[in-house]
Amino acid sequence: MAYSDKVLDHYQNPRNVGTLDKNALDVGTGVVGAPECGDVMKLQIKVGDDGRILDAKFKTYGCGSAIASSSLATEWLKGASVDDAAQIKNTQIVEELALPPVKIHCSVLAEDAIKAAIEDWRKKQAARIAASAASHS
Amino acid sequence: MKTPIYMDYSATTPCDPRVVQRMLPFFTETFGNSASRSHAFGWTAEAAVDHAREQVAALIGAHPKEILWTSGSTEANNLAIKGVAQMYRQKGNHLITAVTEHKAVLDPMKYLETQGFEVTFLPVNRLGHVDLEQLAFAMTDRTILVSLMAANNEIGTLHPLAKIGALCKQKGVLFHTDATQAPGKIELDVESQHIDLLSLSAHKLYGPKGVGCLYVRRKNPRVRLVSQMDGGGHERGMRSGTLNITGIVGMGEAAAIAKTELHSEVQKLLGLRARLQMRIMNSLPDSVVNGDQDARLPHLTNISFPYVEGESLIMGIKEIAVSSGSACTSASLEPSYVLKGLGLGDELAHSSIRFSLGRFTTEAEVDFAADRVIAEVNRLRAMSPLWEMVQEGIDLSQVKWTSH
Ligand SMILES: Cc1ncc(COP(=O)(O)O)c(C=O)c1O
Repeated sequence: MAYSDKVLDHYQNPRNVGTLDKNALDVGTGVVGAPECGDVMKLQIKVGDDGRILDAKFKTYGCGSAIASSSLATEWLKGASVDDAAQIKNTQIVEELALPPVKIHCSVLAEDAIKAAIEDWRKKQAARIAASAASHS
Repeated sequence: MKTPIYMDYSATTPCDPRVVQRMLPFFTETFGNSASRSHAFGWTAEAAVDHAREQVAALIGAHPKEILWTSGSTEANNLAIKGVAQMYRQKGNHLITAVTEHKAVLDPMKYLETQGFEVTFLPVNRLGHVDLEQLAFAMTDRTILVSLMAANNEIGTLHPLAKIGALCKQKGVLFHTDATQAPGKIELDVESQHIDLLSLSAHKLYGPKGVGCLYVRRKNPRVRLVSQMDGGGHERGMRSGTLNITGIVGMGEAAAIAKTELHSEVQKLLGLRARLQMRIMNSLPDSVVNGDQDARLPHLTNISFPYVEGESLIMGIKEIAVSSGSACTSASLEPSYVLKGLGLGDELAHSSIRFSLGRFTTEAEVDFAADRVIAEVNRLRAMSPLWEMVQEGIDLSQVKWTSH
């Protein structure tokens, strides 16, 4: 299979590989996929008080296209607002990386990982607000 | 050292230059059709075909008249399986094979199922072996053929041909073996191994692509087939079509070399394979060697690298030409059915690489390949969430994954 130059570039020089503290209140973590399907993505965001994503990290077990999809996702996430990040669509990733049809599931997984990380962060914020409301009453 | 380095000899081999030399005149000078009985061009071609038949027969302990030329092993397997099934239908409609066979055996079997035949697909154990008691138990008075390969193309596990052959003989069932991966690697002898039909392909044995043969036993018992390709009545009517003389000459020469050089070649391959495997296993001790490490082809090792995915690994070691047990590369996302047949979890199957060495592999290439693999596995592990979880002491089998 021939890979696009962009996939090769992300695969060889992945951006933002790493781990944020998953217990920190300003960090959202999404883990999607399954080892038996051949891909697992972990994507993390660290969100500032203004709702902007200050940092994004990933680790991916999967083919080169899966690694490239998650690497690209972290690039797009950094600096974006959480609301904008939630709008990222897998088709944008497909287009940017020129993924062939058999690799579209990699982009779907990346979109799922973004959504899961945001969801985790939102839950933490809701819990924090609920906790502080409870302590004030 | 020239890259990419070829370590996929089980997929195909380059032609040995000695083979090419033998073939060349048959393209341009002695180009006759072996079926032309009326002139010297035809006679020369026929003599060349007969000589090649002797060379191939000698490799497997057969009589030249028992060799039937085909386009390769796929055709030989189809002819053996469908040809026997159709010929012996009156006697019975049951055939036996195993789940780890090549598609060129499994698919003809599946076709026969649609034609009213019954096929038993025997399971294999973790090493890739069928249970001989289970095989004996599966045979009934309706069984007409057992087809079990000599050596598995993905993991290299060797079936005990002599034992299987003896069992079939005792039960009066014909025994076919797809021996595509075996010549030049292990001894083949249709008499002592009680083989009735045997498939070979030239391109796995330093001969050209597109030529192979089927050995068909002539006596004790005489095996008869229904032809699958009808026409001019070549090959005693069992396989019509003008013979691929250049290819056949090449296959004959390749077989002769494989026979004379068997022992020295096996010694060399065993040394190189041990060197490769040891270097990798010493640096990456949690890797898993798949298949039977004793009864195994001498040139092949199939290794799973947990926590990294096979296709990404292959992409990272593009200076080395190898195969992945994860079939992502061939457009389907299924892990190898052979590795799954061993009971390997999908995750290990997805992370496996088959290294197959050959006549032109050097120690320097082996060392380079091992070092590249080790470096790349370590790089990919550093970005693998699975590896991270395992380092944190998480049991991956207990994690609730979100499958998609
Ligand atoms: C075990 C086995 N059987 C059959 C085949 C098919 O052989 P051919 O390419 O000659 O049709 C192969 C090679 O891919 C093989 O490894």
